[in-house]
Amino acid sequence: MTSIYQEKILQHASNPHNFGRLPSATNKILLDNPLCGDVIQLEVEVEGKIVKRAMFTGKGCAISKATASLLTDAVQGIAISELRKWDKASIIKMLGIELGPNRLKCALLPLEAMHKAIQAKY
Amino acid sequence: MISVFKVKKDFPIFNDQPGFVYLDSTATALKPQSVIDSLVDYYSHYSANIFRGVYDISEKATAQYEDTRLVVKDFISASSVKEIIFTRNATESINLFVNGIKDTLKTTDEIVITIAEHHSNFVPWQQLAKKKGLKFTVMTNDKLQMTNQFQITNVKKYVTNKTKILAITHVSNVLGTVNPIKDIIQEAKKINPAIIILVDGAQAVPHTKIDVVDLDCDAYVFSSHKMLGPTGVGVLYVKEKLLETLSPYQYGGDMIRNVSIEETLFADLPHRFEAGTPHIAGVIALKHAIRYLEKIGLESIHHHGVELAQLCYDTLKEQFGEKIALIGPEKRESGIVAFTLSGIHAHDIAHLLNEDGIAVRAGHHCAMPLHTKLGIGASVRASFYIYNGKDDVEKLIKSLQKVLRLFSI
Repeated sequence: MTSIYQEKILQHASNPHNFGRLPSATNKILLDNPLCGDVIQLEVEVEGKIVKRAMFTGKGCAISKATASLLTDAVQGIAISELRKWDKASIIKMLGIELGPNRLKCALLPLEAMHKAIQAKY
Repeated sequence: MISVFKVKKDFPIFNDQPGFVYLDSTATALKPQSVIDSLVDYYSHYSANIFRGVYDISEKATAQYEDTRLVVKDFISASSVKEIIFTRNATESINLFVNGIKDTLKTTDEIVITIAEHHSNFVPWQQLAKKKGLKFTVMTNDKLQMTNQFQITNVKKYVTNKTKILAITHVSNVLGTVNPIKDIIQEAKKINPAIIILVDGAQAVPHTKIDVVDLDCDAYVFSSHKMLGPTGVGVLYVKEKLLETLSPYQYGGDMIRNVSIEETLFADLPHRFEAGTPHIAGVIALKHAIRYLEKIGLESIHHHGVELAQLCYDTLKEQFGEKIALIGPEKRESGIVAFTLSGIHAHDIAHLLNEDGIAVRAGHHCAMPLHTKLGIGASVRASFYIYNGKDDVEKLIKSLQKVLRLFSI
């Protein structure tokens, strides 16, 4: 069995990129998964229908934190219309690991937050 | 003394996976061969419906099914087989009871439960109170970390002469504490002799000899699958006098005496509360689970679980010091140890332990109000049963050390 706790995942989980508040944010969302106690606050700055920057705070397991870190990196410069198409497969590709149905929920929370954040106004 | 080596031979899962460390018996217990054989025996040799078949295999199935009722009655020292109702699980037992009693409650009646209840003994009462506008009180205790969670002093504080229902767990599935149920019941009945007390015994029955008459509870519930039996079978014990006054939970076949266009006469106890074809094979197999537990002896089972949990608790404390937060009092009273490791999410811990062949539970263990009260998110829970040994504790500790190294904490 290959561990899902690959170097890349662990690094992003322990030192997540884009962790913190984004004062210039145009879109915000707070999303939680009470069943595992995960919470993510995502702030996104959108300019001309393109994501300029995204940052997050919150708490969660290594998988959800690493996903939020990688996702907030990946969305920079991406058009809203394009970002709407990102799905489960995009996240799995980003993480580079296989996840069972239970842990997949942890990885999909940041994507759900991203989709909800860009829903408003566009 | 339990010979874990010998016990393991009775559980076929260990033939499949010899090194498997199963520390989640609080969620569900593994099954011995005799229980599995009993299920196969029913389906292979006498898989008939019960009660009205006048042919041999239906007679046999009926006799076996009803014999289990007798075995369960003796197992918990109930007064009569009429007081034993088979359900799907402890949750359904509680829901059946709540449904049966709801029409007898007045608007001035109060319901008291405890903060440590499993959601199954929390939500049905909360919802009933909401629907009927009854006062709903949750007993808490600021010393959850130090002592038996609920004592007479707590009862005196929360139970009043208007309290009609007290629903309380026997053993907490998170704290691992054993409530002094007999004392609590005595005290509550002193305050209000008309109080009705339901005890959730899901975590107690697999480890403890229960005597419902001695406890003097009005209702007691438990699940077969946590005590080596099959899933899909639960038990509800209710004192006969009280049971006579409850409304049926479901209507249909098997629970009637006579049906006409105008009305229906219900069956006698306990069949009035067992509508439809039950899990016949499962109920019969429960008898074999009880036999297995009795062969080992409940006292030995209890001591074995506590001994391992204590060893686990002490070693975790010694090895991980300030990095670990152990939940519940230092002196272990059951086979349960729950904890959190600073900076590492419970799901990550459980996932990594799984990579070493160790099964633990991570989450809030269906006790969200308790986790909120303790101020923690998800916790990791290791629980020990008859097929666990000291080597399992060692493997758990070793694997946890690996987890800490991986997260460099």
